[in-house]
Amino acid sequence: MNAPAYNFAYLDEQTKRMIRRAILKAIAIPGYQVPFASREMPMPYGWGTGGVQVTAAILGPKDVLKVIDQGSDDTTNAISIRKFFAKTAGVATTTATEDATVIQTRHRIPETALHENQVLVYQVPIPEPLRFLEPRETETRRMHALAEYGLMHVKLYEDIARFGHIATAYAYPVKVNARYVMDPSPTPKFDNPKMDNCPALQLFGAGREKRIYAIPPYTTVVSLDFEDHPFEPYRFNAPCALCGAENSYLDEIVTDDKGGRMFVCSDTDYCEGRQAAGHRGSLSAAPYKEKAHGGSNG
Amino acid sequence: MGDQMADLDMLESDQPLLVAKSLSKSYGRIAACRDVSFALYPGEVLAIVGESGSGKSTLLQLLSGQLAASGGHVSYRMRDGVTRDLATLGEAERRFLFRTDWGFVHQDPAQGLRMAVSAGANVGERLMAVGWNHYGRIRDTASDWLTRVEIDVARIDDAPRTYSGGMRQRLQIARNLVTEPRLVFMDEPTGGLDVSVQARLLDLLRSLVAELHLAVIIVTHDLAVARLLSHRVMVMKGGRVIETGLTDQVLDDPREPYTQLLVSSILPP
Repeated sequence: MNAPAYNFAYLDEQTKRMIRRAILKAIAIPGYQVPFASREMPMPYGWGTGGVQVTAAILGPKDVLKVIDQGSDDTTNAISIRKFFAKTAGVATTTATEDATVIQTRHRIPETALHENQVLVYQVPIPEPLRFLEPRETETRRMHALAEYGLMHVKLYEDIARFGHIATAYAYPVKVNARYVMDPSPTPKFDNPKMDNCPALQLFGAGREKRIYAIPPYTTVVSLDFEDHPFEPYRFNAPCALCGAENSYLDEIVTDDKGGRMFVCSDTDYCEGRQAAGHRGSLSAAPYKEKAHGGSNG
Repeated sequence: MGDQMADLDMLESDQPLLVAKSLSKSYGRIAACRDVSFALYPGEVLAIVGESGSGKSTLLQLLSGQLAASGGHVSYRMRDGVTRDLATLGEAERRFLFRTDWGFVHQDPAQGLRMAVSAGANVGERLMAVGWNHYGRIRDTASDWLTRVEIDVARIDDAPRTYSGGMRQRLQIARNLVTEPRLVFMDEPTGGLDVSVQARLLDLLRSLVAELHLAVIIVTHDLAVARLLSHRVMVMKGGRVIETGLTDQVLDDPREPYTQLLVSSILPP
């Protein structure tokens, strides 16, 4: 269904041009936060207004859109944004990572490796990695300009001093193309290595903060660390309870009030794909039956 | 080789570290600082004294390149031996100078410290800023410096918020000295501390200055501080330097009426 009251993909063409210019600049200077004239969107801040504007600006009629929220295709946020573009742009949507050309994401990078014909659009709440270390925006901009990033290590130092290891688990700072330190949006640090040398274009949109930044395809992205405390991706030490995957990022789901819990892939498409391919986890339903509940036994 | 080194050392201490030439600064019609010239040599402690509003702090900001002068210039001999006009330094160079070869001790430690991060990180920040990337070594250096400024190493992971005034000031000094600067600016470092804490801090400063062969420009209204720490004194009034000389000479035998007034206003012990 195509709503005639809106321009294609909701935003008017002038706005899209403005956003595209910001995107081009962001791609030209990997990791640099480009200011843009963020618009009011028909959704609250914090729901992905930045990501939605970037998606709207790059979407073409032949694109296939996938939207994920915390790895899942079927949460409110993901469904709403998918429906929004199905309605205002009439584009095809999918939940399969491989089939999508544009993937808008909140807090995760899909487990399936991305390819060259894809664009990953991140929703970013706070684009400034130095925000909670240096409150003055004028000062942080200067620090980026002069590549003064000692302060970023102060944060990591504090982590080790307090917890014995780098306890930052998400929004883990990275250095892009050996120049700009960047906040990868609140993705778990498990996903950081996927950003490095990725064949897909990665775009970051922060609506409230009015910033766009980018990682062009095949760009080096290095997670900051200390020589004696190297970066380590974190993952619960368990296989997925539904598909048995040993290398995917897991959500912890509390199943009762007696300490019962299960670990499942946070990437629902990846998990379903594996189940369809016949992989089974400890809590999978018996194959080819409509029983929904697995027992508590493993 | 050894002779050459000795020659270089001779040259080192023969040449001034920082030279100010007819510095002035005016805010509109108010002249905060008029025609100040002097040279500071390595290892020398210069006190700038005078009452509030005499232009001491403005002068300190001019000297440390934080304010642009309305007239005159300041030149500094960099670590590579080249003397450069501060006004011609790029911002990146100036900031680099500020966190390596210079220190700045503020009167209010909250201005010079990050109050919310631990003491260890406060001391380590400058090291990380110049590229240290080994947690263990940063921490060892930080604990070493805490010991040198008489702070219990057990408190290395506490934020300076939880420190007393005197400890904060000592931590600020450690944070500044960790990169072994050659020149330290101090703005009333003992202000707001009680007398016994002041005495201890001055004692510490005096030994560190001698040990590290630091050049110091210290702004103070407290003549006792000037007498204890400095080799030379500059007395300021109304933005002008009215008297300058060796500390003992100026304080024991003041020439200018204003200096005589300052000296006589100290209560006899």
